[in-house]
Amino acid sequence: MKKWTLMLILLVLAISSLFIGVQSIEIRNIFQLDETQKLVLWSTRIPRTICLIIAGATSSVCGLIMQHLTQNKFVSPTTAGTMDSARLGILVAMVFFPNNSMLVRSGVAFLFAFLGTMLFIQLIQRLPQKNQVMVPLIGLMFGNIIGSVVTFFAYQLQLVQNMSSWLQGNFATISRGGYELIYLTVPLLILAYFYAYHFTIAGMGRDMATGIGLNYQWIQLFGLGIVSLASSVILVTIGGLPFLGVIIPNIISLYYGDQMKQTLWLTAGAGSCFLIVCDIISRLVVQPYEVPVSLVVGVIGSIIFIALLLKGAKK
Amino acid sequence: MNRLKTSLAFKLLVLVIAVIFFTWLFLTYQTYGNWEFALKLRGKKWLAFVLVGIATSFATITFQTITHNHFLTPSILGFDSLYILIQTVLFFFMGHQLGGLLSNKLALFSVNVLLMVALSTGLFFFLLEKGRQNLYLLLMVGMILGTFFSSFSTFLQVLLDPNEYDKLQGKLFASFGNVDVSLLKITSILIVLVVLFLLRKAPELDVLHLGKEKALNLGVDVSRLQLQLLMAVSLLIALSTALVGPVTFLGFIVANLTYQYMGTFRHTSLFVAGSLLGILLLVVGQFFVEQVFHWNTTMSVVIEFIGGVYFVGKILHERKAELG
Repeated sequence: MKKWTLMLILLVLAISSLFIGVQSIEIRNIFQLDETQKLVLWSTRIPRTICLIIAGATSSVCGLIMQHLTQNKFVSPTTAGTMDSARLGILVAMVFFPNNSMLVRSGVAFLFAFLGTMLFIQLIQRLPQKNQVMVPLIGLMFGNIIGSVVTFFAYQLQLVQNMSSWLQGNFATISRGGYELIYLTVPLLILAYFYAYHFTIAGMGRDMATGIGLNYQWIQLFGLGIVSLASSVILVTIGGLPFLGVIIPNIISLYYGDQMKQTLWLTAGAGSCFLIVCDIISRLVVQPYEVPVSLVVGVIGSIIFIALLLKGAKK
Repeated sequence: MNRLKTSLAFKLLVLVIAVIFFTWLFLTYQTYGNWEFALKLRGKKWLAFVLVGIATSFATITFQTITHNHFLTPSILGFDSLYILIQTVLFFFMGHQLGGLLSNKLALFSVNVLLMVALSTGLFFFLLEKGRQNLYLLLMVGMILGTFFSSFSTFLQVLLDPNEYDKLQGKLFASFGNVDVSLLKITSILIVLVVLFLLRKAPELDVLHLGKEKALNLGVDVSRLQLQLLMAVSLLIALSTALVGPVTFLGFIVANLTYQYMGTFRHTSLFVAGSLLGILLLVVGQFFVEQVFHWNTTMSVVIEFIGGVYFVGKILHERKAELG
């Protein structure tokens, strides 16, 4: 039931997203568009909406998986250094393979994201006792450190402008022929769904999971692999979307619990809805121009994140 | 007691000599004969280092004594970004109507600093009230607030007219490289005044360091003192940010190095040593970045890196010690 309501909202939002923009396309004229309108619809509007749906879903599911693997409610690709490590990977790719395709870039970014996140997990496992808030705090700092390495080399090699476009999530540049890589994350989401049960068990702790007969090490590597790959693809095609991975899974688990097999699609759908709303705001606020969506996500996301933190701390 | 004093004096002397030596090196190294030009250019930078070093260490040490915590600094709690947000908001909403008033640098500067002091003092109180039990929560909320402020200011900046945006940029991101000379004078006067005030309050800070209850018993009006100190801290941070832009981890590094180096809790010595260390760090850092490694990088990136590593290391270390 709830699932259907959510899907309905998503559908309404997706459709309205299609009809917002400088080139006016009226929904009642949908069957009698002129050539320009058709072009706009097929080459930018539809790719953009698809991107929004996929990116929102993927980012929040990545957060969900990471939260189970680290047993911490506040971990996500942005608060565990994954995104910054991927950015370092992009920098390396730009330096060593200057004429690279998006695929090579994503590959290197993935490698770095994976290694960086593993490093972070090793770091927090050295802590004697985990405090819920301390883990993401160290994660953010870890991300900052890697981020400053990136800025340093970007400065040296005069790639700052080029790099800062990877910093900001932006859907304005999405058009046909440049975004198809993002489809790569769809099989990852499906894969995550099939292993949702394993992730749920892993979320109960290493001892518990091992006791039941789960290969904890393997499921951890597998989960981080999915997360790193998906995050890198999103970063290469769109850019950074701060805190999306923290807030959506938290809100969903607040109402529907932690059984991942049941919450996965809800989380994905809610993530898409949230991102579409943010994107619509970013397009409407300075018509006919637009602001990068990551700023809208940053403003709304950080307010919700702080509310969640204060609420979580009270418990 | 006497021996302690001599050893403190000796440590300070070492710092003074180091500062003088590196200042000399910084000002004279490879001037290629263009003595006066180089001196003028570097002297300006050096003055900015001195002001920022002093302001940062006074502010951070005071703040850490008020909060009884060696992790907290105003910058880590997001106050640099608050400052930039205030400046952006002012420019955004009043840029047109009050164009005449706000194009006056001094006016903009004063309105900005006043607002900063008022708002951040309020925010300090809110955060410290909320985060009394959980340090990590407080740090986290502070850092996220920082993200919020900077996202929001970038958001407003994107909305600005490109011409106005250029004007704003010029005001916001002064870095060590191009210090605004017209503000240097007024900033230095204000910093000196606040610093003198804090030096006068040093004995009371020593008492406050013992804890709130003890300070109350010893006859200190704690809440009044706290308010005064917080205002002084906000003022110092606002001034230093106005001068060179945000340097998040400088205060953290300097304050913690100072405690370790000096091994005392007398605030007069801490303040003096901290300022010297801050200046030393900036001058040496700039010297290496510019002259030795020939990096184009602004130094704040280097500080961010070192500070981040130091911060994580200290949290991990503290955490281990806490649990035996």
